[in-house]
Amino acid sequence: MSDGAVRSPFLALEDVKTHFPVTQGFLFRRRTGAVKAVDGVSLAIQRGEVLGLVGESGCGKSTLSRTIMQLLRASGGSIRLEGRDLCAVSMKQIRRERINFQMIFQDPYASLNPRMTVYDTIKEAIRTRHPHVGGRAMIRRVSSLMDKVGLAPKLMRKYPHEFSGGQRQRIAIARALAPEPKLILADEPVSALDVSIQSQILNLLAKLTRELGLTMLFISHDLGVVKYISHRIAVMYLGRIVEIGSPREIMEKPLHPYTQALVSAIPFPDPRLERTRRRMVLEGDPPSPMDPPGGCPFHPRCPFAEAACAREVPALKEYLPDRPAACIRIPEIHPGIGSRE
Amino acid sequence: MPLLEVNDLTTWFHMRDGIVRAVDGVSFTLDRGETLGIVGESGSGKSVSCYSLLDLIPKPPGRIERGTAVLGGEVDLLRAPREVLRRIRGKRIAMVFQDPMTSLNPYLRISTQMIEPLLIHEGLGNREALRRAIESLEEVGIHDAVRQIDLYPHQFSGGMRQRVMIAMALITHPEILIADEPTTALDVTVQAQILELIKARQRELGTAVIYVTHDLGVIAGVCDRVNVMYAGTIMESGTVDEIFYNSAHPYTQALQQSIPSLHDKGKSLYTIPGAPPDLTEERSGCPFAPRCAYEEAHCTGPNYRGLDAFRGRHKTACLRVLEGELNLKEENR
Ligand SMILES: Nc1ncnc2c1ncn2[C@@H]1O[C@H](COP(=O)(O)OP(=O)(O)OP(=O)(O)O)[C@@H](O)[C@H]1O
Ligand SMILES: [Mg+2]
Repeated sequence: MSDGAVRSPFLALEDVKTHFPVTQGFLFRRRTGAVKAVDGVSLAIQRGEVLGLVGESGCGKSTLSRTIMQLLRASGGSIRLEGRDLCAVSMKQIRRERINFQMIFQDPYASLNPRMTVYDTIKEAIRTRHPHVGGRAMIRRVSSLMDKVGLAPKLMRKYPHEFSGGQRQRIAIARALAPEPKLILADEPVSALDVSIQSQILNLLAKLTRELGLTMLFISHDLGVVKYISHRIAVMYLGRIVEIGSPREIMEKPLHPYTQALVSAIPFPDPRLERTRRRMVLEGDPPSPMDPPGGCPFHPRCPFAEAACAREVPALKEYLPDRPAACIRIPEIHPGIGSRE
Repeated sequence: MPLLEVNDLTTWFHMRDGIVRAVDGVSFTLDRGETLGIVGESGSGKSVSCYSLLDLIPKPPGRIERGTAVLGGEVDLLRAPREVLRRIRGKRIAMVFQDPMTSLNPYLRISTQMIEPLLIHEGLGNREALRRAIESLEEVGIHDAVRQIDLYPHQFSGGMRQRVMIAMALITHPEILIADEPTTALDVTVQAQILELIKARQRELGTAVIYVTHDLGVIAGVCDRVNVMYAGTIMESGTVDEIFYNSAHPYTQALQQSIPSLHDKGKSLYTIPGAPPDLTEERSGCPFAPRCAYEEAHCTGPNYRGLDAFRGRHKTACLRVLEGELNLKEENR
């Protein structure tokens, strides 16, 4: 690529909104409002990048990933994959192309068919891309995928219930890789696992992304986990992205007050550090997306809020190079950091 | 004299396909006002050890096979008559669970549920009990408690419900609060609030807390001493500093090294090979041996003696550490 050319991102979200109608009444259902689960998200993912998406329960992380997959259709905005807007493509066409997206879920047991052996599960996934592979060639492919995810190929005739939670997650990962997807969406893939098993799966995902150059959206509520696997991290609060940065920047120099609170709330397995560190404890619970506050969605819990914060939704602005954040008070909270725009 | 002294607690479940040795010879003490953490992976027996103390084990299939749990040097909780135990449960020992809805009745107003123990255990009148209930809601940071107390549990958010649970648990000013994963279902920012709240109330009331969690970060933040559990037994027991900076058991170390939050990106996380043991299988010797990096033949031999003193009150179940064959500090240099 020539110098100065703008590299168009692999996946680009522009002001994406996913709203669910809220209806009332039984016989005559009236539309009385909307849950704005995703409300104006703009994000870009480069080829080969792992983008971590963190946020607390109900902030819209999973809705966003389903919208990218086109399992839910956006109420507004555009989602461009290699330049093409998926929101403008017919559902029929989307279904045909869905193999380009694969998901890995939190509960590997619920997402695997209990009556299918590992071989059948992976075979079916390979067939979506290569319908004519069979016989020995198929066995070779299944074996090689099992190898990649650290499962002994001799286990291919076994059923999901014969495996532990960690092994099941490996099967789910092999199944996701089988159709050679362009994008992997991993929604809390290690949250249900014990620490010792969690580290095995995180190591595996990190190795696979490195070796295969996978592009992945990695969703988790656990900043420690996200930090370990991601190239960049986007922080979400009540349907919006409030800050983006590298793992180091987010952990060490968070700009947005919500990110500051999130980082400061993580308990570190280090008693001396815990005894001395000053914690920013927020008041109240996250608000419901049914009834979001006006203005900045974080302002009712924000220790830095002032009258202006309740009036307008702050836009994501680059306060530092490649460090967009959505908070009008940043220049005052962080003296020396101003808006570049 | 410790406030609670548990000795050789052994709780098994007699299932059709075998005996689940959920808790297998657990001994520990709890001092007045201190916070004792119980940490371990899923199925290690953390909850069953706590439930055993309060007669909350379903029997059958559960059975307390052996042991004693002496409260205040006088009552053995494992043998006390049901009536005595019920009084202790409402008044001297309280419990908070992961899911507040398991202990809140969805059909009753918060007020009704909160004043009940006061009517029963403290013999207060309705009016006085209600006043105390409102006061204790205010003490856990619930605004407008006079109105909130008349709501039903589902009208509260998860964090608020856990506050209500804590208020209810502490309303009789118990000597011991057992908190079983009280923040696991909550968001981290809300977890931070609840942890601060428990600490503050504990300081005010002088309550001793047994804190059950799988999260070593939470342990580091709230506990004075820690029991590390694996396969129904305690692997190591010591002060938080001993456990985190001077660990005397390979399992404790392995757990610490597998947490991603302290790692730099790019470096692989430590992983413990294999999977936790099947508790229905009879075993001899150290239950962690098959997954341990330092295992030797005698770890599973007849000399294995379980948890024993390492230095002062710091205890470990690792035979090789106890015998002076293994120095984990040296190994990790
Ligand atoms: N009612 C029961 N019937 C049969 N087995 C049980 C029962 N309750 C617990 N167990 C078994 O006892 C063992 C210990 O369980 P326990 O709930 O104490 O683990 P834990 O350490 O609290 O785990 P977690 O972190 O998942 O809460 C497990 O093997 C569990 O399956
Ligand atoms: Mg438990």
